[in-house]
Amino acid sequence: MTIEILMPALSPTMTEGTLAKWHTGEGEKVAPGDIIAEIETDKATMEVEAVDGGTLSKILVPEGTAEVQVNQVIAVLLVDDEDSSALDAAVANAAKAKDDRATAEVVKPETQAATTSSSARAEATQPSSTQKPSGDKRMFVSPLARRLAAKAGLNLSLIRGSGPNGRIVKADVDAAVAAPAPARAPAPTKDADFELVPHTAMRKAIARRLTESKQTVPHFYLTVDCQIDQLLETRKELNSRSDAYKISVNDMIIKMCAQALIEVPAANAAWSEEGARYFKSADIAVAVAVPGGLITPIIRGAHGKGLRTISNEMKELVGRAREGKLKPEEYEGGTFSVSNLGMFRIREFAAVINPPQACILAVGAGEKRPVVTDGALGIATVMTCTLSVDHRVVDGAVGAEYLAALRSLIESPLSLML
Amino acid sequence: MAENNYDMVIVGGGPGGYVAAIRAAQLGMKTVVVESKHLGGICLNWGCIPTKALLRCSEINHLLLNLDMFGFSADNISFDIKKIVKRSRSVAGQLSDGVKHLLKKNKVEVYDGWGRLTGKAGVVAVEKNGKIIVELKGKHVILATGARARALPGMEADGKRIWTYMEAMVPESLPASLLVVGSGAIGVEFASFYRNLGSEVTIVEVLDRVLPVEDEEISKLAAKSFEKQGMTLITSAQVKALKVGSSSVAATIESNGKSNELTFERVIMAVGIVGNVENIGLENTKIKVNRGHITVNEWCETGEPGVYAIGDVVGPPWLAHKASHEGVICVEKIAGVNDVHPLDTSNIPGCTYCQPQVASVGMTEKAAKDAGHKVRVGRFPFAGSGKAVAMGDTEGMVKTVFDAETGELLGAHMIGAEVTEMIQGYGIAKTLETTEAELLHTIFAHPTISETMHESVLNAYGRAIHY
Repeated sequence: MTIEILMPALSPTMTEGTLAKWHTGEGEKVAPGDIIAEIETDKATMEVEAVDGGTLSKILVPEGTAEVQVNQVIAVLLVDDEDSSALDAAVANAAKAKDDRATAEVVKPETQAATTSSSARAEATQPSSTQKPSGDKRMFVSPLARRLAAKAGLNLSLIRGSGPNGRIVKADVDAAVAAPAPARAPAPTKDADFELVPHTAMRKAIARRLTESKQTVPHFYLTVDCQIDQLLETRKELNSRSDAYKISVNDMIIKMCAQALIEVPAANAAWSEEGARYFKSADIAVAVAVPGGLITPIIRGAHGKGLRTISNEMKELVGRAREGKLKPEEYEGGTFSVSNLGMFRIREFAAVINPPQACILAVGAGEKRPVVTDGALGIATVMTCTLSVDHRVVDGAVGAEYLAALRSLIESPLSLML
Repeated sequence: MAENNYDMVIVGGGPGGYVAAIRAAQLGMKTVVVESKHLGGICLNWGCIPTKALLRCSEINHLLLNLDMFGFSADNISFDIKKIVKRSRSVAGQLSDGVKHLLKKNKVEVYDGWGRLTGKAGVVAVEKNGKIIVELKGKHVILATGARARALPGMEADGKRIWTYMEAMVPESLPASLLVVGSGAIGVEFASFYRNLGSEVTIVEVLDRVLPVEDEEISKLAAKSFEKQGMTLITSAQVKALKVGSSSVAATIESNGKSNELTFERVIMAVGIVGNVENIGLENTKIKVNRGHITVNEWCETGEPGVYAIGDVVGPPWLAHKASHEGVICVEKIAGVNDVHPLDTSNIPGCTYCQPQVASVGMTEKAAKDAGHKVRVGRFPFAGSGKAVAMGDTEGMVKTVFDAETGELLGAHMIGAEVTEMIQGYGIAKTLETTEAELLHTIFAHPTISETMHESVLNAYGRAIHY
């Protein structure tokens, strides 16, 4: 007989954790009560004891694996005196369950069009960690508690269970009923007519990722006005030379953002628990609106690419993004993001950082504004850019230095030639 | 005296104490039990277990006297009460040895002596023959000293004519006539034992019905059955005086304002239990005692930091399984185990091994109504069970009480053959918080007496098939 060792829940609310260490190697004997592994959550590290004795035949989740879902099979124990065919079957089963999950995620079209680079990485390249939306998780509720909650109009997902493994029992529902409480679903008002649109995977990913960003990343914002008359002039001239390309203002901003990152490498960064990452390449993620959400295709190494290349690449990526046909490597892993709402005549705005990247540039519309040059009032085409910055990894002075470099490039586009 | 330091010192080796000790040892605590008499306590030595051994014998006698209904005949049926008692004692002895072995296996130390709190934090003195033989220091101390029969003033047991359960368990001869004072579980079990062996049995109960903690309908059926067996039941009555003579006891029994004097060969006093709170050093602590029981909170903590109390000494229901469960909860709470919850008293089953047996869990119909529930009640008689008819055990009934609005199983009440073995079905249902729906969907095996449990639920919802 084989016994599947499952990822334990160290607390009723735990949904995933990191398998920090295996104390027992494959093929080693374990007795009930032996410490076989260490599990880490964001809160604590706990030891996992063997419940049954036998031989730890197969480790399915290696040491150091993060985001291991609770109840995922992490290893297979072979009870003594059994032949190993049972083990093969058990391992095959566990692997099959893994594949099934992977397949399910890849064929889901919404998954491919996930919102931001990192969320996409989590969902598309680590399907075995089953990043199921929490709503799909099995909830443990006693039949009586379920009925009482239904009667009281309570949303069970908002109630914390006090029973074994977080099972919601009568006492929990009674407590929620007694509480004045946010656990109560808001009573639907009669006159508010609405259509309920179920969440797509993309919508859920946007909600989760951006909530996480706004709640955990300390944002600050720097705003600068850039005169773009010269940039527009340059663009016009470049576009007049050939019909083989049509460079947009945005293409030029992508190139300039990349160039500025090379000049101020401290801004080409990402926060991680282990340390600050400073990237060598300027990979610019560009927010593109698609039906039902947005996605960020990436121009890799944009500092080393010509405007024509960037422009053609962008056109091709946007086209496929709108059809939901981007490959994961095309939208995950950028180092800096650009979001441009200029075409909607937005004057200026502040974008939400796309973790783990440290900066995102929000580009407003170019518009004619009165400007004072050398003490004289004049008219110039001005574009306002706002940089949202993760203060954990990029400080105010670095952000300002970056914006100054960017503005200088935008205002004298010929510097790109240097 | 470093070797006398423990994580856990437990005073009392009954079903509360020894279970708590084993659980503590499992959780890695260095544990010691102090027991002055028998490991296993009253339950194992002078209660639950030896009485079951006795009742088994009296049931066999009953069966032998009714062989004809099964197509048998036998002459000269007889029994030797001394052998019956001997068997009962050997059963108790065997199991007490078993507890000793279990404690040893779990590396729990045992001191034979009388444990007493000294007033020094966590220190329990162990006395033997009036001398302190050792002092044990525990990070935690659990008092599990149990309880004993309550005595009525002027009617104290003398061990000869007036018995408590102790003497009633080891009779040297069968009394021709017997008065049982009190009709709780202990009283009616002895009444059944002696009646089935042939004694003339009279039960006096101060309340208006026998087995007064049970549902009224169950009490009524039990009374009917007891009377059919030839017992005399006097309810709403009090024994005012007992006069012990050379070969009998004269009892003054008052009921409906009238006083009667009746004579019995023996009397069993079964009028309740008081906690063993004396001579255990409580006066040296901040522990409070209320009406003969130690006051504790839901985690069995007393008023003295680090000292806990479990089981009969903290109060009713005086049941071994309640003591054991409290012991486990108390120890797990101390050890910081996840998901420990206070004892849910509404889920403690109660069993009485009279004939017919009685078992229940949760609220009676009246208690449910008094608590404000709108109830749905189901009933099913054993006469409707094919298995019960085949076994010749048609006397019995299962009653279920549901909350009409939520379908919560509030209580279950059973009388009849084997009901003490079956009540756990409802106990699990209650612990898992099933509603009527899960019970209705459960497939009960046919033919079993347990089908009556299903039919009772069906009946509560107007769906009984065989009734």
